[in-house]
Amino acid sequence: MSSTLFAQLVISGILLGGIYALSSIGLTLIFGVMKIVNFAHGEFLMLAMYVSFWLFHSLHIDPYLSMVISVPLFFVVGMLTYKIFIRKTIGAPILAQIFVTVGLSIIIENLALLFWSADFRTVSLAYLSKPLIVGPFPGLGLEEIIVNKARFIAFFLGISLSVAFYLFMKFSYLGKVIRATSQDRTTALLMGINIDRVYTLSFAMGILLVGIAGALMIPIYTVHPFVGFEFVLIMFVVVVLGGMGSIMGAMIAGLFIGVVEVFSGFLIGPESKQAIYFLVFIAVLVFRPSGLFGEKGEEELERIEAIGE
Amino acid sequence: MSLLKVENLNVSYGDVQVLHEVSLEVGRGEVVTIVGANAAGKSTLLRALSGLLKKVSGSIHFNSEEILGKPAFEIAEKGLIHVPEGRRVFPLLTVQENLEIGAYTQRVRGNLKGKLREVYEIFPALAEHKGQAAGSLSGGEQQMLAIARGLMADPILLMIDEPSLGLAPILVAKTFQTLEEIKKEDVTILLVEQNVVRALEFSDRAYVLENGRVTLQGTGPELLKDPYLKKAYMGL
Repeated sequence: MSSTLFAQLVISGILLGGIYALSSIGLTLIFGVMKIVNFAHGEFLMLAMYVSFWLFHSLHIDPYLSMVISVPLFFVVGMLTYKIFIRKTIGAPILAQIFVTVGLSIIIENLALLFWSADFRTVSLAYLSKPLIVGPFPGLGLEEIIVNKARFIAFFLGISLSVAFYLFMKFSYLGKVIRATSQDRTTALLMGINIDRVYTLSFAMGILLVGIAGALMIPIYTVHPFVGFEFVLIMFVVVVLGGMGSIMGAMIAGLFIGVVEVFSGFLIGPESKQAIYFLVFIAVLVFRPSGLFGEKGEEELERIEAIGE
Repeated sequence: MSLLKVENLNVSYGDVQVLHEVSLEVGRGEVVTIVGANAAGKSTLLRALSGLLKKVSGSIHFNSEEILGKPAFEIAEKGLIHVPEGRRVFPLLTVQENLEIGAYTQRVRGNLKGKLREVYEIFPALAEHKGQAAGSLSGGEQQMLAIARGLMADPILLMIDEPSLGLAPILVAKTFQTLEEIKKEDVTILLVEQNVVRALEFSDRAYVLENGRVTLQGTGPELLKDPYLKKAYMGL
């Protein structure tokens, strides 16, 4: 393999991984804080892609601009979803939580099918159609490298937002409150923290992040009612590799899976990519069950009787 | 007028009743201890007072206000602060972040910096470790941190559950030294303790809890001389 080709594959992989990172961070947040596995996360991504698609199609709003609408919209959607469906399952047996989010994913999928049919829909933007050509870099022995503009924008915004979100969680007071609640919710209550409010906010932020991801992805991917399922598998791989709850871990794991996918697609064939990253996934878990970047945190096991409604 | 007045408190876990008709009072500025054997219901009592339990009946007046049935975070907001059993520091947060979370309530959040300075003065060892993850501290240091975090909330009444549990004798002595210092700051304290002698020496008054019932009460010195207590709890 020539060094140019190698660089091309690495760059394509990292660009792809930036999208995976952003879409997985919301899932990581929800799991990390509430210990709830949101199986409907992919369907929220699908909805976000549809929102940007319809805003473009009927109102000619640029997908990147549509975020101004999707961000508050998905924040509210997340809040309502938590209050209506998720809240009652906090502290309930894990099976109940799984049924609620799986059921929700099926409902959303079928509603999408009902309203928008199974048609494949795309948004193509004229100003993104020509790829960026970077290089050549004779000093590095590299020829020209092709960069897809939409993927570059998605990567750049995705990683910037992910880093901003990481810094928010690490340094802001609210971020500390959310982390404290995720580590020990009973003690958080004793500190005067209304954990129901923290959960509402965390779930809403998780869904908001996937709302942004949807807007970034619609110029790249085709949307249809089942697109969520394709992405949610990757998101779960990323979240688990990232250490189940670690935001930085999910970012790095997202990039890693992007590179793995591009290389396996090129070297073996595109149809192999899922098999390959699940193989990597299982291999990592066999040797490091807490994920690549997992910290051995204290699992919150105690069930609290009074959340305070 | 007492600061905390508990009357006929009954608490159950599921179908099992753990506390029976418990009544007690804590006056402003007092140090009161609940002593009793394992599983006598001491921790349950504190958990009920701070609103963590649901199957509670009777009445709990704090600062002349009924708090039974109020959610835990609202009770903390009123200044009734509970330092839980087993320290329960936030393990992945740093020492300083733990303290900052302690000042979450509206009552003190505006004065976070001032509170931090005060608490670091009482606990200089914590200041030395302020950037370290709380989970990496020793058991004794974690206990100090848990108490310090409780003080960050500027408690009107501080409830401390088994601060000496699992600590080496020298650290137990140090913990009680710290409690003495806090007492000097005029914080009202409700202590739960298995270490009966030390606890009674430290307190103004105490209640003895046995099988979920208050069986004895009196001042610290009175109870220290009580023949039944001596036999049953002090091994004398």
